[in-house]
Amino acid sequence: MRVAVDPIQCVAHGLCAELLPERIRLDDWGYPILDGEPVPRELVGIARRAADACPTLALLLEPDGK
Amino acid sequence: MAIATEQALPRILTGIGEEPMAELESHLDVHGPLPDLRRWSPEQIISVVERSGLRGHGGASFPMATKLRAVASRRKPKILVANGTEGEPASKKDRVLLRELPHLVLDGAAIAARAVGAGEAVIAVSDVDERSARSLELAVDERQHAGLRGDPQFQLFGAPERWLTGQESALVNVLNGGPGKPTFGPRPFERGVRQRPTLVQNVETLAHLALIARHGADWFRLLGTDRDPGSALVTVAGAVSAPGVYEIEHGMPLEELLQTADGREPLSAVLLGGYFGTWLPGAHIRGVRLAAEHLAEHGASLGAGVIVALGQSACPVAETARIADYFAAQSAGQCGPCTNGLGAVADTVQQLATGTASAGARAELARWGKDIKGRGACQHPDGAVRFVSSALRVFAEDFDDHARHGPCPRCSHPPVLPATPIPAFPVAR
Ligand SMILES: Cc1cc2nc3c(=O)[nH]c(=O)nc-3n(C[C@H](O)[C@H](O)[C@H](O)COP(=O)(O)O)c2cc1C
Ligand code: SF4
Ligand code: SF4
Repeated sequence: MRVAVDPIQCVAHGLCAELLPERIRLDDWGYPILDGEPVPRELVGIARRAADACPTLALLLEPDGK
Repeated sequence: MAIATEQALPRILTGIGEEPMAELESHLDVHGPLPDLRRWSPEQIISVVERSGLRGHGGASFPMATKLRAVASRRKPKILVANGTEGEPASKKDRVLLRELPHLVLDGAAIAARAVGAGEAVIAVSDVDERSARSLELAVDERQHAGLRGDPQFQLFGAPERWLTGQESALVNVLNGGPGKPTFGPRPFERGVRQRPTLVQNVETLAHLALIARHGADWFRLLGTDRDPGSALVTVAGAVSAPGVYEIEHGMPLEELLQTADGREPLSAVLLGGYFGTWLPGAHIRGVRLAAEHLAEHGASLGAGVIVALGQSACPVAETARIADYFAAQSAGQCGPCTNGLGAVADTVQQLATGTASAGARAELARWGKDIKGRGACQHPDGAVRFVSSALRVFAEDFDDHARHGPCPRCSHPPVLPATPIPAFPVAR
């Protein structure tokens, strides 16, 4: 699984980077930069929680190979 | 066999200035009739396109056959959109096509529509481009009266004149009654105009297709290179006495094109591939050939064919600052990294140009360049930072000089890169 962001929906809440710093950091304006790597199995639960926590549902979970 | 004449240029621009090519009769006299499309299966058309190696002329140089197949394989009814909006202020080639050679574009649209199984073809032009709209209107009328078989149902559409209008998802969005901003999610070939799989193709790409359908894939490949077969329309602007639209063979030496356009003065650099393109320093012009495989060595591409010669009397820093502002103003204001990033880039370039930037300004620009890339819903921010990074690299000394001493005497040179003060998007409430 990988994480992705819908850049139009994202409002720089920053929650996702707090929850999943292994994959997500924030740019100078507070918007998430994803490293594009797969989410390891032990972090899948946290990634799901981050996606649910995003206030605009801008954080997307995608199956690998997409 | 008259191979030599068959290879010669012009192809697309044949007859222009000699015959009234916008009229169906001249068009058919010069090019001959289209083969009866109803005898070709969609797959036959696609395989000819594939063998021809035709790529898109709207900027991204994407193989047309791949896109045709992606749309053709969908089950719902399809729509074709011929993209003639030409939002790049320096580009003129699509307007020349639409105004002077509308039947070549409409022939190509008919073939592409047949290839993907689209019964409707929308021809989109800029809403301030009345001459193109008029020419297309007359051409469609003529075809209907002549009872041309195999034409889809043509519709003309005037899209808002602005840099982003021609981005394919923005164009689909405005055709669907939206504000004409790019969208995130399903691509036009999956879900486009009226939810239908939509083939978006630049009008020049369609014009090449009109000739391929008549003369075949092998004929197309008689000109050009392996990666970039055939010819291309380019718009030459800047420090040349004969600016305008030229048809070149892919692989033509850049120096030869600049001579043809009558270069006026020593050049400090040439912008290749338009505003999303790359600067080539004047000292590197010799030996460069205008085809993807050669330009890649210089990190450049032909894009939509805009080539701007920057004379030594113009200021590259002032030009970069103006276009960086333009990019920031033309953002659709939807994505944080684009809205904030391009604004910050433009401000910082402006500070460098006026000698008011902080010591770390260029390091910051380099970091933003990497951070912003790939993070918008469309490629606007990627193209914008490519342009600025290329300028910072090629004009490093000029930027040094401005950072230290502020504006130079050349800063007052009239603008070389046009940045039409067209309205960007209405400011959001
Ligand atoms: C910001 C932006 C502006 C664009 N403007 C145009 C345009 O004015 N005309 C055009 O044909 N393609 C434009 N494109 C490219 C289209 O998205 C699309 O790739 C193209 O129309 C497809 O046709 P082609 O494959 O025949 O080139 C633009 C792309 C971007 C990112
Ligand atoms: S939590 Fe959602 S809105 Fe906030 S930065 Fe992450 S993706 Fe954007
Ligand atoms: S990346 Fe910029 S121009 Fe493209 S959709 Fe987002 S805000 Fe608009």
